[in-house]
Amino acid sequence: MIRNASGLPLLAAVLSALAILVVAPPCAAADGLRVENPWARASVGTARPIAAYLTIHNAGRNDDVLIGVETPVAGMAEVHKIETKDGIASMGPAGPVAVPAGASVRLAPGGLHAMLMSLKRPLKEGSAFSLTLVFEKAGRIEVSVPVQGIGAKGPPQ
Amino acid sequence: MKVLPAIRRVLWTAVAIFAAVNVALIFWTDRRNPGGSEQAVSGRGGDIRPEFELTDHTGRRVTARDYRGKWLLVFFGFTYCPDICPTTLGEIAGVVSALGPLAAEVRPLFVSIDPTRDRVPDIARYVAAFHPAIVGLTGSEADVATAAKNFRVYYEKIARGETPSDYTMAHTTATYLVDPEGRFDRVYAYGTSAEDIAGDLKKRMENPP
Repeated sequence: MIRNASGLPLLAAVLSALAILVVAPPCAAADGLRVENPWARASVGTARPIAAYLTIHNAGRNDDVLIGVETPVAGMAEVHKIETKDGIASMGPAGPVAVPAGASVRLAPGGLHAMLMSLKRPLKEGSAFSLTLVFEKAGRIEVSVPVQGIGAKGPPQ
Repeated sequence: MKVLPAIRRVLWTAVAIFAAVNVALIFWTDRRNPGGSEQAVSGRGGDIRPEFELTDHTGRRVTARDYRGKWLLVFFGFTYCPDICPTTLGEIAGVVSALGPLAAEVRPLFVSIDPTRDRVPDIARYVAAFHPAIVGLTGSEADVATAAKNFRVYYEKIARGETPSDYTMAHTTATYLVDPEGRFDRVYAYGTSAEDIAGDLKKRMENPP
């Protein structure tokens, strides 16, 4: 009884601390920049490129620029942009992406995405991989990107 | 001695003008009625003829006639497409799920506009990853060009790197609805949700044409 009274709250505290660690949304920050809600879709094999999505919030007072992305799971990674005109979409490198002070920039379907090419392994639903965003001023921010199903519409809820 | 270079110049100029006119004509005819435009969304058919002869993901030659009696959701894309195609096929898989038993009346068709890379086994593996109800279609370059022309779908190869195999495709993003009689009905613009498409389809199934 005594053991229960003293032991259970401790166990509960440890478990809830663990739960917070596990459940906490993946995000990373540096110099007022926050990267939130990263996600990607599962790949079909390794030859086909996949897109990773996320939101960058710039709560700082300085404008910044996203100049590149890196990941150990792809031979090549670049920020790409979909341009749609008259119902026809084409895609190409986005170049440097401005992240003005006080603004948010979304990498989302139909717009910007981190394009991962020449995958080194298939990306399976339920796994995660590391993606590093390289900013002109804030430097490097690494996030863990959860891999969703191939037909997913957004980050895990 | 100066006559030959002059003739050569004139001929090359003629070739350049001829090429430019051809390119302009191709663009003009192909872009006149791209699927995603507002007119196409509101209009009923116009010059879209939903006819094709292609190879399905099991290797069988098929034509539009083989799907008479079903509502067709037709989307043109390619399996190396990281964004527009998985987004749209994800929605189409959602439509099939949302329709429940009514889904038996619907065939989603994914037509590759990149037949060089998307051979039968590639497209089979790709569509299966989204939903077993989705039929993948590919064919020769000529088969695909004819199907796209009939649907007024535009596509173009865009070189990306140094090697000829490194390219992406620009393409029409809309999804086409064909009725059970084989007539073009409407397009759903890119980004239309699975719920909206399923709701619209249910209404049409209750009031067949």
